[in-house]
Amino acid sequence: MNKSVYDSPDQVSEIKRHILTVLVDNEPGVLARVIGMFSGRGYNIDSLNVAEVSNDENISRITIVTHGTSEVVNQIEKQLLRIVPVHSVTNLDQEGSSVEAEVALVYIYISDSNKKKVYQLCDLYRARKIENENNTTIFEIAGASERVNRFIKEINEITKVEIVRSGPVAISSIQKNEEE
Amino acid sequence: MNNEITGAEIVLKSLAEQGVEVVFGYPGGAVLPIYDTLFKQNSIKHVLVRQEGGAIHAAEGYARSTGKTGVVLVTSGPGATNVVTGLTDAMMDSVPIVCITGQVPQHLIGSDAFQECDTTGITRPCTKHNYLVKDVNKLSSVFHEAFTIAQNGRPGPVLIDIPKDVQFASGTYEEKNKIIIPSHRLFEPSPDFEKNKIEEAVELISKAKKPIFYIGGGCINSGPKASKLVREFINMVGSPVTMTLMGLGVVGSSDKNSLGMLGMHGMYEANMAMHECDVMINIGARFDDRVTGRLDAFSPNSKKIHIDIDESNINKTINVDVPIIGDVKQVVEKMISVWKDKKYKIDTDSLKLWWDKINKWKEVDCLNYNNEGKQIKPQYAVQRLYELTKNTKTFITTEVGQHQMWAAQFYKFEEPNRWLTSGGLGTMGYGFPAAIGAQVGHPDALVVDIAGDASILMNIQEMSTAVQYRLPVKIFILNNEYMGMVRQWQELLHGGRYSESYTDSLPDFVKLAESYKAVGLRAKTTDELDDVITQMIETKNTVIADIWVTKEENCFPMIQSGSAHNEMMLSKDQKQDKKSAEKGKILV
Repeated sequence: MNKSVYDSPDQVSEIKRHILTVLVDNEPGVLARVIGMFSGRGYNIDSLNVAEVSNDENISRITIVTHGTSEVVNQIEKQLLRIVPVHSVTNLDQEGSSVEAEVALVYIYISDSNKKKVYQLCDLYRARKIENENNTTIFEIAGASERVNRFIKEINEITKVEIVRSGPVAISSIQKNEEE
Repeated sequence: MNNEITGAEIVLKSLAEQGVEVVFGYPGGAVLPIYDTLFKQNSIKHVLVRQEGGAIHAAEGYARSTGKTGVVLVTSGPGATNVVTGLTDAMMDSVPIVCITGQVPQHLIGSDAFQECDTTGITRPCTKHNYLVKDVNKLSSVFHEAFTIAQNGRPGPVLIDIPKDVQFASGTYEEKNKIIIPSHRLFEPSPDFEKNKIEEAVELISKAKKPIFYIGGGCINSGPKASKLVREFINMVGSPVTMTLMGLGVVGSSDKNSLGMLGMHGMYEANMAMHECDVMINIGARFDDRVTGRLDAFSPNSKKIHIDIDESNINKTINVDVPIIGDVKQVVEKMISVWKDKKYKIDTDSLKLWWDKINKWKEVDCLNYNNEGKQIKPQYAVQRLYELTKNTKTFITTEVGQHQMWAAQFYKFEEPNRWLTSGGLGTMGYGFPAAIGAQVGHPDALVVDIAGDASILMNIQEMSTAVQYRLPVKIFILNNEYMGMVRQWQELLHGGRYSESYTDSLPDFVKLAESYKAVGLRAKTTDELDDVITQMIETKNTVIADIWVTKEENCFPMIQSGSAHNEMMLSKDQKQDKKSAEKGKILV
């Protein structure tokens, strides 16, 4: 069940995180159509990512992280497919069927007292220091959101940081034939 | 270079190639080049409305009565914002519309120029698709795609925003058949679509003991042949059938299987049958909240088959057992052939018991009303209108409110596309311009807008349009001086506090008609009613018939918000239980 002016009789499935990957024609307004569908129908976007993935065909891939019951997410998928420039919608929530990654850039306030700890932690998480003209300590960490979360939690316990995150992108890991 | 024509010429050429005969519109600064081109040609007729809102409802009325795509042409800024209600209406009721809006020249976009607005931004959620055309060479392909999208799959409105400089620029025209639309942008049901599901559905129907067909507007959108096939299939099964507000006419009202309309103000027997059926066959309806009533008590013991062209309607509010995605015409045709091939036959004994039960419900006579006295009851007015027009080719449009429900209950529709009403959005002011559009599409037919005194004032300016084009539209006002449905809800749910629902200072509708050089008629008592209706029909001119009806009549039967199909209220004396009334009050 989904939305109605009436109460839903049986809320059956639990609320889960879902990653949707949406292939769209790269034309003006397409992102607004996708986002507008979410806000207009009262669905949630936890994060969103969009970039062109094929130069010749002019196609972009939008990765959306949302949460909801399977009924709600099912409705989201169908509503997305109604949008004219949408090619396909894939739900990557099946376990083991996809890989996901995101990037975070972390500006770390560093002092003599915490320097060692910071570098140790960054080493442990394979966060890479990014060289920059001002020579400030900016680290880049990439990987599954879980891992980035843990890193941020731990670095926060050591010192003050500023963070920017890309939000996850994901791709199906199921074997495909080349012809497809 | 020789083949180049201006953007404005491309617009007209595209419309002509798409077979457009008439455009409803209103000129303004940002569409002047198109109007200039329109002036120089004769193949496309333009109907000048008096407000853009009227243009789009007229296009809707034209589209729904003819099955063609309605075309609207308006200017930028206020021209575009005035069509937003109509676009939303067409979106909700799946009406194919192509709306052309002018836009300020490209170099001014974003500068808050005079009559500039973000038209594509504003209309994105209320169109199937929209375009801002920046390149004159893409104009013709955009038009051809727009017409296809408007009609394809579940129909709907498409908007094309054209900056003024693009209208002036020169470019090449591409013909319709040279345009290839990528398949992901359209809905293409494959020929063997859902074959297994169809077989499963037909088998389920054949085993039903208490079947009911629940028919919606999708059957009308699928074309007249769809209605024929649906009737044929229902006859083969021998099952009762009920229709939504949008589906009236798919099965004739006089058909022995028809239980009439269902839902909030539907027939008692239709709603009871929906509640108690064991197999429900939804064809082209979407389980709207006006139809279902309380969801947790909606048809609790039935297996549900749902045929819809729009996959997002499946399991949106009601979970179904057998979903079939496809066009009604194609799917029902397949169902019929499966039924014949497998020589299915429904169990006649159970079917007879089912009909006996339904006939018992019919005895309740849910549309019964007290028709004593000289004052005209609104129900009686619609009944007389039906009796006096039933042998004429008649199109009925309505506004929104009590009169709309009485029209749906008491006017008997025998054919599809004859009934034009704003169902999903519930737009007051829809009926009169829609009647104008229907009359443009059917110059010789009788077109009657059954209206309320409040609704009609929302687009009364279109009187001027109707008279200018000699459109003999009839406006049949059930005048009770109230916003009747608002008053009814206030009476039932808000302790009779009639907050702002009485209209003081209504115009004298007879004089109003006369001031537009139309004909005004009035009936104050039952004695005068038939004469006024007859005179209205015979007048070859635009007519307003002002029918004074009893002021405090309520529309029954009624499923109050928060109640279920089997909890219908048949009259005022029957009160809803307190708890569900309180729950219902917060709903719409």
